[in-house]
Amino acid sequence: MTLAAAIKTGDVSQLPSRRDEDWRWTDLRGLIRSLPPRYEPKAGHGAFAIVRDDELYRSPFEATRQVTVLNGGICGLGLREAAPLVFDKHDPVVLLDVQTLGDISEVTALKITVPAGLSAVLLESHVGQGRYVTSLSLDIVVEAGGSLERVLLAEDDPEGVSIVDATVDLAPGATFSQTILTFGGRRQRIETHITHPGQGAAVRLDGVYLLRDQRHADLTTVVTHGGRDGTTSQLTKGVVRDQARGVFQGRIVVEGGADGTEARMGHHALILSDKAEVDAKPELLIFADDVQCAHGNTVGALDEAAIFYARQRGMPEDVARAMLTEAFVGEVVDRIGHEGAREIARAWVSAQLGTAE
Amino acid sequence: MGPPGSAKGRPEDKLWNKSDDDGICEFPGPMTSMLSITNLHATVGEKQILNGLTLEVPAGEVHAIMGPNGAGKSTLSYVLTGRSGYEVTQGTATLNGEDLLALAPDERAARGVFLSFQYPLEIPGVPALTFIRTALNAQRKARGEAEISAPEFLKKARATATALKIDFDMLKRALNVGFSGGEKKRMEIFQMAMLEPRFLILDETDSGLDIDALKIVAAGVNALRGPERGMLVITHYQRLLDYIKPDRVHVLSAGRIVASGGPELALQLEAEGYDKYVQVAA
Ligand SMILES: Nc1ncnc2c1ncn2[C@@H]1O[C@H](COP(=O)(O)OP(=O)(O)OP(=O)(O)O)[C@@H](O)[C@H]1O
Ligand SMILES: [Mg+2]
Repeated sequence: MTLAAAIKTGDVSQLPSRRDEDWRWTDLRGLIRSLPPRYEPKAGHGAFAIVRDDELYRSPFEATRQVTVLNGGICGLGLREAAPLVFDKHDPVVLLDVQTLGDISEVTALKITVPAGLSAVLLESHVGQGRYVTSLSLDIVVEAGGSLERVLLAEDDPEGVSIVDATVDLAPGATFSQTILTFGGRRQRIETHITHPGQGAAVRLDGVYLLRDQRHADLTTVVTHGGRDGTTSQLTKGVVRDQARGVFQGRIVVEGGADGTEARMGHHALILSDKAEVDAKPELLIFADDVQCAHGNTVGALDEAAIFYARQRGMPEDVARAMLTEAFVGEVVDRIGHEGAREIARAWVSAQLGTAE
Repeated sequence: MGPPGSAKGRPEDKLWNKSDDDGICEFPGPMTSMLSITNLHATVGEKQILNGLTLEVPAGEVHAIMGPNGAGKSTLSYVLTGRSGYEVTQGTATLNGEDLLALAPDERAARGVFLSFQYPLEIPGVPALTFIRTALNAQRKARGEAEISAPEFLKKARATATALKIDFDMLKRALNVGFSGGEKKRMEIFQMAMLEPRFLILDETDSGLDIDALKIVAAGVNALRGPERGMLVITHYQRLLDYIKPDRVHVLSAGRIVASGGPELALQLEAEGYDKYVQVAA
């Protein structure tokens, strides 16, 4: 039961539904009665055909090398199986620019490799417009001693349905750091599955969701520690208002024998209206003996005493609330290593929270 | 930092004294009181805490409020600054003739009301400097003044930190998060010095301060004394009043002012305690 299978066959009964344990808060079967037409790429248009700049959405990121995935055929271009992306030392920063236009459904897959010893940055911008249903799968391999920082900024249409899932296979000594920033969609799920070999490999797995209106975002992660001495540090923060719904499902599995594992998971959400909702399921499944694991999960409102304090100093209520909200999310943004991406993320958060100067 | 009235023209003095010629002290017509509280009644939850409190603080004066635990001192400070949950059921409070109780907390702050909290709040993720600059600019905006420029703000912050013996790096940390009790109190005075309020309420600012810090804080407060400013100093200890000399001392018991006098009243309280005033109030 996957969205990709449903799109490929056109059979909505294959959509994941609330009866699937992992999808109970992000029901697609109940939402989608019929799938929009699948875009048919015209012969002769290759994966990386040149698209005129003015026809592209503006991606928030800039990089020296760019891979564009176009769903919905701007200039009659569609892309299903892109050529694999292999990082090289000349272009360690790559922008993956995913653009979706129109009332279409599409399945896309991309394989990404970071060769041994290389430090790479993958900036992903997902921009959509229309009543689309898309599935994008990334198959990421980080070879021994390599490192990848992935920063994903998702700006879906309020009517768009998007599932992005990444499978990350780490070699010993590899590093994978991820920050997802999203304001949600009609239904949106960004999923990350990490095979963690331990042996000095390190994972940072962060997320920020800022949701308004009736938007929905689901950040689902599974990290499986299969070897000794691996670390995972996970921090996700969300702010939901109006009738929006945020979903966090974080699972860290420490398999038998994966001693010396250090794993920390934090999920903290602010609910700023009565009708907003946050569903969280943090799970630590530990089958090894000698591990240090902890998780914290809080869902609440802003600290009214702190707001009064700020107002006593002269800040109007909306300024005080915005300041405290931005600071709450800022802790995650500060963990982004790539400076340019961090600044873009900071500005994006300010814009979403209405605190931009 | 010198005591009030010490050598003019030193940089520290410039820093503290928003000079007398800047116009903010010119009130129209004769002023009797700056802060005027009449028959104030207030409840917290269902509980009646203030019970007909009447108090006048003329501009240029420092009044001390002393009184037993639970008498309503902090409640008074919250009522005057507009904290939600503190409901005024009767009585009035005006600042320079304007109804204070009708204003939002931030509007009161923009009018110059500043409370040094008995228990300062922690503001996670917001560097102290960012917090204070946001507050200062919000106040300026409310008063129709231009924003302070970043260099000007930093210069002032550095000078103020030096005067208060605050490590400048501390101002880059999230406000009050992980600060010691005394450091939090010092930060209250730092904020006060940066915001240059016109009416100051100090709620047990001396508690938690070591003796050196007490002198520094008192000097900071004294530097703000001037004909245009009024102060309400809540304390349990005469010691603070050795450094911040009050014009008047009031005893607050069971939600009312039950006795008032000169500075000698504080000495008498220190010697005799509150027994007879608790009787009076009962
Ligand atoms: N939320 C509340 N609900 C009920 N009673 C409250 C609440 N907040 C304060 N009080 C009560 O109000 C009374 C006055 O409290 P307040 O903090 O004003 O005293 P205080 O004079 O400042 O005392 P202290 O010297 O200990 O600081 C106390 O009896 C206190 O228990
Ligand atoms: Mg008190």
